[in-house]
Order: sequence, then C-alpha cells, then structure tokens
Amino acid sequence: MTPGFKVLSPGLHTTVQDLGRVGYQALGVPVSGALDPLTFRLANALVGNAEGAAALEILLSGPSFEIIADRVRVAVAGAGASLVIDRGARRVPAWHSTTLSRGETFEIALGHRSASAYLAVEGGIAVPLILGSAATYVRAGLGGFHGRALQFGDIVPIALDRAAERTEKRLLLPLSTTDAHPVRVVLGPQQDLFTDDAVTALLEAEFRISQHADRMGMRLDGPHLRHRSGWDIVSDAIATGAIQVPGSGQPIVLLADHQTTGGYPKIATVISADLPVIGRRQPGDAVRFAAVSVEEAEQAAHEAERMLAARIASFAPVPTHSGDIDLNSLYVGNLISGVVTASE
Amino acid sequence: MIPRFLSVGDRALAIEFGDAIDRGVSRQVLRLDHAIRADPPTGIVENVPTFRSLMVHYDPLATSRANLEAAITRLLDIEREPPAVARLWRIPVCYEGQFAPDLAEVAQQTGLVAADIVALHGAVRYHVYMLGFLPGFPYMGDLPPELALPRRADPRVRVPAGSIAIATTLTAIYPYESPGGWHLIGATPIRFFDPSREPPSLLAAGDMVRFEAIGPDAFVAIRRSIEHGDYVIESEPIEP
Repeated sequence: MTPGFKVLSPGLHTTVQDLGRVGYQALGVPVSGALDPLTFRLANALVGNAEGAAALEILLSGPSFEIIADRVRVAVAGAGASLVIDRGARRVPAWHSTTLSRGETFEIALGHRSASAYLAVEGGIAVPLILGSAATYVRAGLGGFHGRALQFGDIVPIALDRAAERTEKRLLLPLSTTDAHPVRVVLGPQQDLFTDDAVTALLEAEFRISQHADRMGMRLDGPHLRHRSGWDIVSDAIATGAIQVPGSGQPIVLLADHQTTGGYPKIATVISADLPVIGRRQPGDAVRFAAVSVEEAEQAAHEAERMLAARIASFAPVPTHSGDIDLNSLYVGNLISGVVTASE
Repeated sequence: MIPRFLSVGDRALAIEFGDAIDRGVSRQVLRLDHAIRADPPTGIVENVPTFRSLMVHYDPLATSRANLEAAITRLLDIEREPPAVARLWRIPVCYEGQFAPDLAEVAQQTGLVAADIVALHGAVRYHVYMLGFLPGFPYMGDLPPELALPRRADPRVRVPAGSIAIATTLTAIYPYESPGGWHLIGATPIRFFDPSREPPSLLAAGDMVRFEAIGPDAFVAIRRSIEHGDYVIESEPIEP
C-alpha cells in the first residue's frame, strides 16, 4: 500500500506547494509555491529535507489526517501552530519535528497568529512534478494533488514508508509575529502614474488586510490611492509582491498565484525579504509600508538568507524529558534574538 | 529608442521600450528577450516579454540590479535580429451557433453582418504579442479596425475553453474555462496549453496565427481526432 496521509478533514485551503514553478511565466504560467517561503524552508529543514521538497500549505484553518505508513516524521512550522495527535493525547508545538505511526491521527491547529502554516514530511509529499514543480495552481488545475486543494477522503501520497530513526529537532528562535515593523517596498514600477498624495498615503497610512485575500492577492482596506489620470495601462508583467491599484483605488498585494501579466498600475513592490511577512498576515491584520531603495532591498535579501542559515544551524535536539529546563535553548535564544533583523 | 529600466522590487527589472501596443515596440522587446536567452547574464531566473516591456526576473542573491542593468545594456548595444524560431499557425475556428455566443451582438455593435465579421477576423495574420492571464492565453493583434470594440460591460463568469475572443485591437483564445470580459465570436477544438507537452504552450510570443473557418461537423471531427492524438496542427516557420 502506498504510504500517505488520509484526509479526515481538509481544512479551508490545504495545498501541496514547493518553492514555485520557475521558467514558464513567459507562457502565462504563474510561479505559485509557498506564500511564506521562509517558514516553508524551515519546515523542510526540521525534517531533514531539501528546502524545496513538496510540503503542505495550510491556510486559515487546519486539516486533520490519519497516518498510512509505518513511521512518518513531520514538522509543522508557523507561529502559534501545533500538532494535536490522537485527539489531544499528545501535542507537539510548531517548529519541532516528531514521529507518528500507522493509524495515529493528527490535526494541525493554527492558533490564529498566522494565516499560513506548513507541514513538512521527511522524504516529501510524493506528487508528480508538473512543469518541474509540485506547486498547486488551482485556477488551471496544475500540479500538487490533482491540481486542487485537499478534500475529505483523499490519500496524500508520501515518499517514505519508514522515516529514519534519529533524534527529533527543533528551532530555538521562532520567527516573531508581533510585527510592528512596516513592510518594506521599493516604489514603482509605475508610481509616477499616481498622485503625490497617493504615494504619501501608501507610506504613511495604516491599511488592513480585507476579507478578499487568497493565494492570488490580498486587497487592502484603507485610503484609496488615486491615479493621476487613467488607470488602464497597456498590460505588462507582474512580480510577486507588486501592489497594483485598479480603478477603485483599493490596493491589492499580488501573491504567489498572481497572473503573470496585468493591466493595472503598480505603485510599489514588496521586497523579497518581507514577502514571508505578508504571507503570514490574515484578514483584519494591520499593515504599514515603508520605502527602501533597491540596494537596501538587496542587502535585506542577503541578510534574510543569513538569518535563515543561522536558524537552521542552531536547530537543537528535542529534549527527551519535557520537564527539564533547557539551558542551552535559553542561552542560544537570548544570543540570537539580539541580532534579529527589523524585518521580523 | 533608449529603453527605460524600472525596478520591480529586488527580484525583477522591467526594460520598457514604449507605452503602446505597437509592432515596432514588440519587435524590440522580443529581440532583447532573445538576446538574453542566447547569452544570459548571471542571476537571471526567467524573462517575460509583454507588449511594451521585457520583465527580467532575477535572484538578488546571485546578482544585483546594478550588475544586471550593465549586462543588459551591453546586450542592447549589439544589433541582433531574432532568428526564425517563430512559426505561423493555422487554427480552425467554428464561428457558428453555440460556438459564437456574442457574434450577433458584435454584428449589432459594429454594424456588420456575421459573414463580414468572420471574413474580417480570418483575413489577418495575427502577431502573438505576449502570453498572460492564463497559461497559454495569447494576446494577438492587430484586429481589422472595423472589429475594434471595448470589452463587455458585463464580464462573463464562465467562458468555455477554446473560445475565440475579441476586444479592443486584439484577439485571443481562452485555453481554460475562466471568467472573461471579451466578446466570444467563435471556438476552436485545438488545445493551446498541455503541461505534458514540451513546450506546454502551443504559441510563443513572436509567433503568427491565422484563423480558418470550419463548420460544427468539422469542429467535432477535429476534437475527436485530437482526443485520439492523431491531429496535426498546421504550421510553418516564419521567414526572418
């Protein structure tokens, strides 16, 4: 029997993702992939996978599964999330790997501190690669598990029937979520099509993520951003993180499943180091923006990469007696939290 | 013309050659696209040619906007015509009955009769400016001016796959069922996007397309032939 997870309840929108389908945007194929690639990579690292191995993305409400394999190593990553095993007999917090056996059930509880969480499994989810990627793009039915979100009764195939026997790992310094810092953007490419007041409002006002948020983009409630003259531009290409403003003046941050091209002006673009932060925001959350130069954005990208490597290098074994005080973890946590960058 | 370099965050750079849908602008976009593909500067992930600009997606850990701009500027200085990789495709279209739900309305709005619309739509060799909106969705032009109409005031929630549509100066094909605001004047049984094919999209930017009218019986026969995998779409290389 093929090893896998049987879906007992699918959650709101649970999809197989990886780091995206690269190389086909010229043919109109969106990149897709994890909304929060940083958390996604940490989830894979915790179970010993390559960073881009296929894993599950969980949005807003968590699924539950039954294990159909001898021994499965999983880790859930995402602020506030946890694994609830066998209806609460055991709980494993986010950022810890753990091992489950055949017949055990588990639920991913989100905890409502982040819109997204990731479940990685040692060896990866075993779906066929479509155009080089396991990422699900639901609108065209491409990739992932039959091109769609998981449904009740699905059996999600996994690569390994028996995970390796080894010590479990945990992350000592989780990503912070009390994120008062503004999301950094590079203005443009079409900020000159907006009034000066619109650019000022983007950088000074507080916006809120509206209910209209999905993997394609999130609409922001807040001041309307006015165009100088028309808003119907000749279509050009779109980058993930672009903040496009249609005729209504209500900005939309374009996310992983955004169309490759579009005909609305883009006032600014979220920098790559802060895309993971956007990927964690949920309807009702406040968001502010701050402008940086491209050079600063490039430095931030390098810094984010260094921080990720530091986090992975500081993975610690999970203590076998949970009552013990873990001095090493306290020490490393204090040490590294002193240098956490402004983006988190 | 000297193009504008526009930063799109720290992972994309747009090289913009104009602000209109124009064959001359498109030629420059596609020429730079080809030059970069032939000799890609370090750090480029992929290119997306559009009507008026080329988007270069890059890895900010492997290069920088400053390095890329310098490398692309050098490529712009090299005069290079794209080689004849483009093709002219002949696409069968049924412009009748249920296949053409908006034909009567287009006739009313343009003051033409249906037969004229079909003749005009089929009289032109269309240039594929770009793909976007959906996998394999081609933006093609230019329509004969008599057929130019704004988009529908009331977009459809569901446009069937294979629909041939017109709006503004352009014509397009919906490779997937999707919402859409263009006028549907026909349908083709040809599959324009198939992820199991290499390349997955039938058309690429720079290709040309000609539509040839077929009746409903031929539509059904071709669709059956495609399902059996024995239909060959007629095409020929375009002379440089």
